[in-house]
Amino acid sequence: MDLRELYQDIIVDHNRSPRNFRVPEHYDRMADGFNPLCGDKLHVYLSVDDNRVTDVSFQGSGCAISVASASLMTEAVKGLTEQEARALFEDVHKALTGDEDAVDLERLGKLAAISGVRAFPSRVKCASLCWHTLTAALDQQDTAVSTE
Amino acid sequence: MNVASQNTLPLNSAVAETDFDVEAIRRDFPVLHQEINGHPLAYLDNAASSQRPQSVIDAVRYYEEHDHANVHRGVHTLSQRATDAYEGGREKIRAFINAESNQEIIYVRGATEAINLVAQSYGRSRMQAGDEIVITTMEHHSNIVPWQLLAEQTGVRLRVIPITRRGELELEAVDELLNERTRLLSVVYISNALGTINPVKTLIDKAHSRGIPVMLDAAQAAPHTRIDVQALDCDFLAMSGHKMYGPTGIGILYGKRSLLEAMPPYQGGGEMILAVNFERSVYNELPYKFEAGTPNISGAIGLGAAVDYLQAIGLERISRYEHKLLRYATEKLESIPELKIVGTAREKASVISFTVDGVHPHDLGTIVDSEGVAIRTGHHCAMPVMEFFGVPATARASFAFYNTTAEIDALANALQTALGVLR
Repeated sequence: MDLRELYQDIIVDHNRSPRNFRVPEHYDRMADGFNPLCGDKLHVYLSVDDNRVTDVSFQGSGCAISVASASLMTEAVKGLTEQEARALFEDVHKALTGDEDAVDLERLGKLAAISGVRAFPSRVKCASLCWHTLTAALDQQDTAVSTE
Repeated sequence: MNVASQNTLPLNSAVAETDFDVEAIRRDFPVLHQEINGHPLAYLDNAASSQRPQSVIDAVRYYEEHDHANVHRGVHTLSQRATDAYEGGREKIRAFINAESNQEIIYVRGATEAINLVAQSYGRSRMQAGDEIVITTMEHHSNIVPWQLLAEQTGVRLRVIPITRRGELELEAVDELLNERTRLLSVVYISNALGTINPVKTLIDKAHSRGIPVMLDAAQAAPHTRIDVQALDCDFLAMSGHKMYGPTGIGILYGKRSLLEAMPPYQGGGEMILAVNFERSVYNELPYKFEAGTPNISGAIGLGAAVDYLQAIGLERISRYEHKLLRYATEKLESIPELKIVGTAREKASVISFTVDGVHPHDLGTIVDSEGVAIRTGHHCAMPVMEFFGVPATARASFAFYNTTAEIDALANALQTALGVLR
């Protein structure tokens, strides 16, 4: 078990200084995510213009994996269309849950760093919470999502 | 053939020695002898579930290999052996907590089911809207949610004894909360999240002086401290087998006979009846009235063997040794400047909840596991406690009498690794 597979420099960096970690003055859509097992709570805020994510930010508290994953997600999703953002989650999900051949890690860019959780099944939910919350925001669900 | 004696397997020499020989004790626990991620396992998650000594494993295995049949059913030899072993377990547990009678020892799945049984049988038959049940802020969810279900069904009100920043009960509040509307006080004996040992005798005396019965959640207390239900004079007491070196899926509800006799059955089915026809059924006597269906026979036998094991070492010796571990671990962890202990009661069992600045408990759990150290991270099924201390979660190290100071050192070193990785 190699801890550095999980806690790569980029993860540590994004946990220490999360990007887009703010409540924006204006946003179009918002969703809450909650992992009752570890108490992680995230809020994802979206601005969407003509089917394109023009701004995305988050707030909340969580473990290094969940905070870094959310931070990396906001960087990756900004500028994508809704469809592209959802497709990206599918790729990320594959990267998190195992099937190495099924996903092109290079195409994921920096997001590939989060794929280290593959070796730590109990931590997959930490990494995917932000993505579930993003999906809920895209769906404009009003209710909080949960990993359970 | 005497089956009961077959289940009382000889304990190893550790038990006979006057000094506490932890290395000899450790030899009784096969699971401890393995490496995790290239490091010796340091199992410090005993408050979640403790490990089984060889004698428990052997007792269950012996039963499975030689004696299994349904209990209280057949005239054949195996059924008789299974019944003897199952009832033998009940007698061991009776003696362990010094109950007056075997009829007061009800086998259940665990402490959770014990509390649900009291809520649904005792609570539902006796309580109504306007009545109050008093619990504490430091309860495990298993001593909160069953009463909330009862509250939804009957309109009873749940009232909560507050705690201090140290994690001790605010005893002054107790006198106010226990009043003429109170129908039950249900209190955790030792907090799984904080380690606090509550002054249960004082609470029982206060409640009884007002005619209020008391239930104790002793899931954490049973493996750490000598319990004497007659000396305590508690009315109900719940225990879980797997927290006291026995199997999972078995636990005990102790109840005073007069209360249990007046209570309606919890579940209906076989075993709990004397006669059934379509007009009405006649319920069986105690304790069978509360044991509908074929029970966890091997679990009961395993729990009996666990009790034998604990009795042979002696709860007093266990308490003394674990207290030494607690003192050592507290000093060791307090020497890490970034670490803060949550729960600093003056009377504590060997449980330490803590947070580390800048490192989420979940990350701590993963990182210390990479060095072979098993701790619990999360809310410990005590969300109100987490809310009180303003933390989403804590890390928790909980020590058993087979743990060593070297394992505590391993935890402290692994915490330094975590600080190195994440800060």
